[in-house]
Amino acid sequence: MIRDMTIGQYFPGKSALHRMDPRAKLVLLVVYIVMIFLASNFWGLGLSAVFLLGTTMLSKVPVKTLLKSIRPLIVVIVFTALINIFYVDGNTLVQWGIFRITDKGIYTAVFMAVRIILLVLGGSVLTYTTSPTDLTDGLERLLSPLGKIRIPVHELAMMMSIALRFIPTLLEETDKIMAAQKARGADMESGGLMQRVKALIPILIPLFVSAIRRAYDLAIAMECRCYRGGKGRTRMKQLHLGGVDAWGILATSLCLGGVIALKVLLPSTL
Amino acid sequence: MPIIETKDLTLQYSAGTPFAKTALSHVSISIEEGEFVGVIGHTGSGKSSLMQLLNGLLKPTSGQVLLEGKDIWESPKEIRKVRFAVGLCFQYPEYQLFEETVAKDIAFGPKNMGLDEKQIAARVRDAAHFVSLKPELLEKSPFDLSGGEKRRAAIAGVMAMDPRVLILDEPTAGLDPKGRDVILEQIRDYQQARGTTVLLVSHSMEDVARVCSKVLVMNEGKNILYGTVDEVFSRAEELAQIGLAIPQVTRVFLGLKSRGFDVSTHVYTARQGRDEILRLLKEKGGKP
Repeated sequence: MIRDMTIGQYFPGKSALHRMDPRAKLVLLVVYIVMIFLASNFWGLGLSAVFLLGTTMLSKVPVKTLLKSIRPLIVVIVFTALINIFYVDGNTLVQWGIFRITDKGIYTAVFMAVRIILLVLGGSVLTYTTSPTDLTDGLERLLSPLGKIRIPVHELAMMMSIALRFIPTLLEETDKIMAAQKARGADMESGGLMQRVKALIPILIPLFVSAIRRAYDLAIAMECRCYRGGKGRTRMKQLHLGGVDAWGILATSLCLGGVIALKVLLPSTL
Repeated sequence: MPIIETKDLTLQYSAGTPFAKTALSHVSISIEEGEFVGVIGHTGSGKSSLMQLLNGLLKPTSGQVLLEGKDIWESPKEIRKVRFAVGLCFQYPEYQLFEETVAKDIAFGPKNMGLDEKQIAARVRDAAHFVSLKPELLEKSPFDLSGGEKRRAAIAGVMAMDPRVLILDEPTAGLDPKGRDVILEQIRDYQQARGTTVLLVSHSMEDVARVCSKVLVMNEGKNILYGTVDEVFSRAEELAQIGLAIPQVTRVFLGLKSRGFDVSTHVYTARQGRDEILRLLKEKGGKP
């Protein structure tokens, strides 16, 4: 069902990763992403994978749960791989009409697929070990210098946390509306593309209506509690960098160094 | 033959995983045609799951749902037909309205059934009549109606499919007392006029006592009682044990009885209570 989707699904725990400062985690995630894009051969990618595996073990999030986050992206991954298989030049292995598969094409396809999977899993480790509120808190603090150039950082962060907060609610609502329309005989499983798109109308309109209604209610509730935006607002939870963060930064830097070394020393796959 | 029947019906969510949760276990009920059944139970007692199993929105983990003696999952491709035969109106159904006009929204079900224009128009007219929506409202946008009108329009949308069994999940939730009375009366009138089998999920014992002929009590995924209103409400203690209170008036009369007054305990509404007390006073020779 639609409810199985894992966007911002927090997996509560007390591991070192859970205890890390969200700011540190966010920055380290960016470093990790850079690391993956720097890796130009399977050795570098392998080292990133080992790093990911290590953090996963440390976070105590079940590997199975983590792997679930790839599922919605399978189409994208397969599509990217296919494009690469057919479009990259190299020594031809199979020729079939205009389609040609080369050795380099296969390498690139696998490389790209692994790269996307590592990217997604890295992001998931962050969202599994950081509650959405911590995440937006961290983001807000990290981006606060942008406030100097009149970017409403607090407002953006608030919007993001509200959006995250309402994802499960809206999913639940979608389920309910779908069930109600199915009970009236709505047919969402058959028919051509046009018919299927049309079949979405009875779901989308009530969903939008309720989303707007909720937004309105929430706005009033916030105003009732004198919400005035970011200026002068204090926090219940102060963020502190600590020992775990230092270790995290150290481990990530070492890994980044390793990947760079591998890139320099070994030939590139691409 | 009962119109709808369940045999050993069991439903587990996330079956086969460590998160498996049993919503219903071994529920066997059989409901005769033309019955008006009140379904009561706590939140999480499995009422809603049972209702969704009856029209094939949920698939049982094990057990069967029989509609007129036929297993509804015999041919999964025909499940839509089951949904037309067993109309289900969810809680807060007004949130499912989506069309440009009320008439079009009510017509959504009949249209999905593949009826022709003429039949659809007749269905819409009849359904709107049953919930007393004025004809001029039918051409308005459903979003311009009042809360009570929206609710009635949504109920009409299910009635318009002319189902053999009509299931209503708390149709009176969140309405003021007047709106509640109106909707209950309309459902009862519809039931009497059409002879449809109706299942009414409700938290209110008073409502159930007032309109239903039978009561089905659910607790922790099991069907613990099924019988006429008198039968079920006479077991006040059992109901109290699972935290369901019988109507206040009934409790008063049970108390009177236990204090030695010769009163009937089949009193469920204030009106019945008044009549019973007047009868008693008359018997005692007092002046009413």
